[in-house]
Amino acid sequence: MNGGNGIAIDVKGLTKSFGGREVVHDLSMQVKRGSIYGFLGPNGSGKTTTIRILCGLLTPDSGEGTCLGYDIRRDAEKIKRQVGYMTQRFSLYQDLSVRENLEFVARLYGLADARGAARDMIKRLGLSGREEQLAGELSGGWKQRLALGACTLPSPKLLLLDEPTAGVDPKARRDFWNEIHALAADGLTVLVSTHYMDEAERCHEIAYIAYGHLLAHGTVEEVIAKSALTTYTVTGEELNGLTAALTGKPGVDMVAPFGTSLHVSGRDVAALEASIAPWREKGGLHWHESSPSLEDVFIELMSRSRDNFQ
Amino acid sequence: MSAADHPAPAHEIRERFGFWKRSYAMLVKEFIQLKRDRVSFAMIVMLPVMQLLLFGYAINTTPHNLPSAVLLQEDSDLARSVLKALENTAYFRFIYEVHDVDDFDNLLKSGKVLFGVEIPRGFERAVRRGDRPALLVAADATDPVAASAALGSLGMVVQTALAHDLYIGNPPEMPFEIRAHARYNPAASSSLNIVPGLVGTILTMTMLIFTALSVTREVERGTMESLLSMPIKPVEVMFGKIVPYVLVGFLQAFLIIGIGVGLFGVPLLGNLFLLALLSTLFIATNLSIGYTISTVVQNQLQAMQMAMMFFLPSILLSGFMFPFAGMPVWAQYLGECLPLTHYLRIVRAIMLKGATMQNLRFDALALAILMLVAMTIAVTRFRRTLD
Repeated sequence: MNGGNGIAIDVKGLTKSFGGREVVHDLSMQVKRGSIYGFLGPNGSGKTTTIRILCGLLTPDSGEGTCLGYDIRRDAEKIKRQVGYMTQRFSLYQDLSVRENLEFVARLYGLADARGAARDMIKRLGLSGREEQLAGELSGGWKQRLALGACTLPSPKLLLLDEPTAGVDPKARRDFWNEIHALAADGLTVLVSTHYMDEAERCHEIAYIAYGHLLAHGTVEEVIAKSALTTYTVTGEELNGLTAALTGKPGVDMVAPFGTSLHVSGRDVAALEASIAPWREKGGLHWHESSPSLEDVFIELMSRSRDNFQ
Repeated sequence: MSAADHPAPAHEIRERFGFWKRSYAMLVKEFIQLKRDRVSFAMIVMLPVMQLLLFGYAINTTPHNLPSAVLLQEDSDLARSVLKALENTAYFRFIYEVHDVDDFDNLLKSGKVLFGVEIPRGFERAVRRGDRPALLVAADATDPVAASAALGSLGMVVQTALAHDLYIGNPPEMPFEIRAHARYNPAASSSLNIVPGLVGTILTMTMLIFTALSVTREVERGTMESLLSMPIKPVEVMFGKIVPYVLVGFLQAFLIIGIGVGLFGVPLLGNLFLLALLSTLFIATNLSIGYTISTVVQNQLQAMQMAMMFFLPSILLSGFMFPFAGMPVWAQYLGECLPLTHYLRIVRAIMLKGATMQNLRFDALALAILMLVAMTIAVTRFRRTLD
C-alpha cells in the first residue's frame, strides 16, 4: 500500500516498442512522495508512453517497478483507483456540462455522494454559476482547470499530467501551477510533462528524456551542474554575423540568440576558449562567462542525443 | 483559488455495489449525450415513422385498375360477361385483347400488363354442360403485393358479379373454376407480413448503428484514454452503453406497432406482454452485435460499413424480403444465424397468429444465444489498455 520510504514511483529498466521502433529504452526513475516531478523532452521522446505505462494503460515489454507500492504489471486496477491521469488531449465529454462531467467521474470512482463531490469541486474550481455550461464551450484555460478538477475529484495519491498547459495563456498557466503546488503541499505526488522551461524550473525535480532515453535527472541546479557546460553570454552589435562565424567551430557546441544577447556554449572549455579568442578582442562585443540556463542544457542534450540515437 | 483556501472535503469512497454504480455512471452519461444529440434523437422517431408510412402506404394501397390483357379463344356471351365482371371489380383494366398464346405471354413478360385472363375454347359450352372448366388468370407476381391482393379476392368478387348476370340469386357453386397462376414468384408474400417485418428491420438498423458507433466515438474524441485510466470494467462500459438504447428500441417498436395497428389495421392477436418481452430480447441482441462491431473497427466510418454489412444479409436472408422456405438450404442456415430471422418469426406469429411462448421457445432461445455470444466477444475484444 505505501511504497515504503516515501517513494511514489519506482521503476527500473522500462522498455516499450511499437511496431519494432523502441519508444522507451531502459528507463529507470524514482519519484518521491509529495514532490512535483517534471518530465521534459522533445516531441516523440517517449514521455506520453512512459506516463501511460505508469498508470497501467500500456504494459512494458520489459522492466518492472511499482507505482504507489503496487506492481505496475499486476495491479493496474488498483493503481487506477489512486491515480488521476490528465491526458494531453482534452478528455472530458464535450457534450456534457461541467456538473455532469464531474458527477460522471465521481460515480465511476464510487464516491458515496457524487452530486455533493461535484458541487464541492465546482466551488473549488471557481466555476459556480457555470456548472450547466457544456464542457466543450469552455475556454482553453477553463478546460484544463476542469480536467484537473476531474482528476483530483476522487482524491488520488498520484497525479499524472501530460502536457497540461499546452496552448494555455500565461495567466491561466500560473494559476494552474499554483494549484499544482497547493496539491503537492497536501501530500499529492505530481508527475507533469511539459515543454516550458519556466514550468520545469517550478518542479522539485526534473528528468530529461529524448528518443526514449533518460538523459538527465535531479533538481534544476543538479541538472545544470552535471551538464558541465561552459556558457558565454555576448552582447553588442553584429551578433548575427557572430552566430554564423562561430557555428561549427571546434569546441562550440551551441550558439543560441536570447533577445539582444547570444549564448555560446561548449563542453570542452579549452577548445571553446580557443575558438572564441579572436572575437573576444574585438571592439563592440561584451563577453562574460555565465552559468548555462536550463534551456541551454536541454538544447545541448537534445542535439547530442540526436547524434547518438538517430 | 488554491487548495489552501478551499481544502478539499474528503468524499468517502464506498466499494459496495461497485459494479452497479459504475454501470449506472456510464448509463447516465450515455443518456445525457443521447439527449444532447438532437439529430440522432430525431432519427429515432422519424426513421420508423417515415419508413412505415412510405412502405406501409406503398404496399397496403389496394391495387386497382391494374393493366390487364385477355386471351380470347372464344367470343361468347358468357366470356364477355366474365370479362365485364372482372372489370367491375375495379382491380382489372383490360387494355389488350389478343387471340394468340405467344402475344399473351409476351405482354406479361414485357410488363405491359400485370394480369392476363385466358378464356379457353369451348368455355361457354362446358359451363352449360356443368363441366366446371378452368378460367386461367395469370399474374405477374414480381410485384407480389399487387398480385396477391387481386388474386386473393378474385374468386368471390367474380362469383358475386356473375350471380347478377347469369342466374337469379346465388349459385350454390361456381359454374367454372378460376385457376390463378402467380407467375415469376409463386410464393407471393402477403402485405400483412410487411408491417411486423418492418419492426424487425428498423430495430436492427437503428440499434446496430447506434452501438456500432459508441466505442469508436469515444476513441476518436479522445475520451477513451481517460475512461480506460479510470476504474471501470469492460462489462460495465458495455452495460452502460447498451441499456439506454434498449429504451430507445422500445420506443421505436412501440411507434411502429402502434402505427401498424392503428393506421394499417394489422391485427395484434397475441399477448402484448410476450411481444414486449421478446422484442426487448431482440433489441438487446442487436445492441450487443453493434457493440461488438464497435470493439473491432478502428473508426466511425468502418463501424458504419460493418453495420451495413450485417444489415444487408439481415434483410435479404431473414425472410423479410423473400420467403425463408424458398431459399436454398445453405442460405437458410446462414439466415438462422441472424437475429432478425428469429424475430420475424416471433413478431409475425404473435401479431398475426396469436402465438404463445410455447410456440416460440426455439426462436427466443436462439436470440438469447446470439446475444450471449456477441456480448462475450465484445467483452473479450474490449481492450483495457492502449497496447
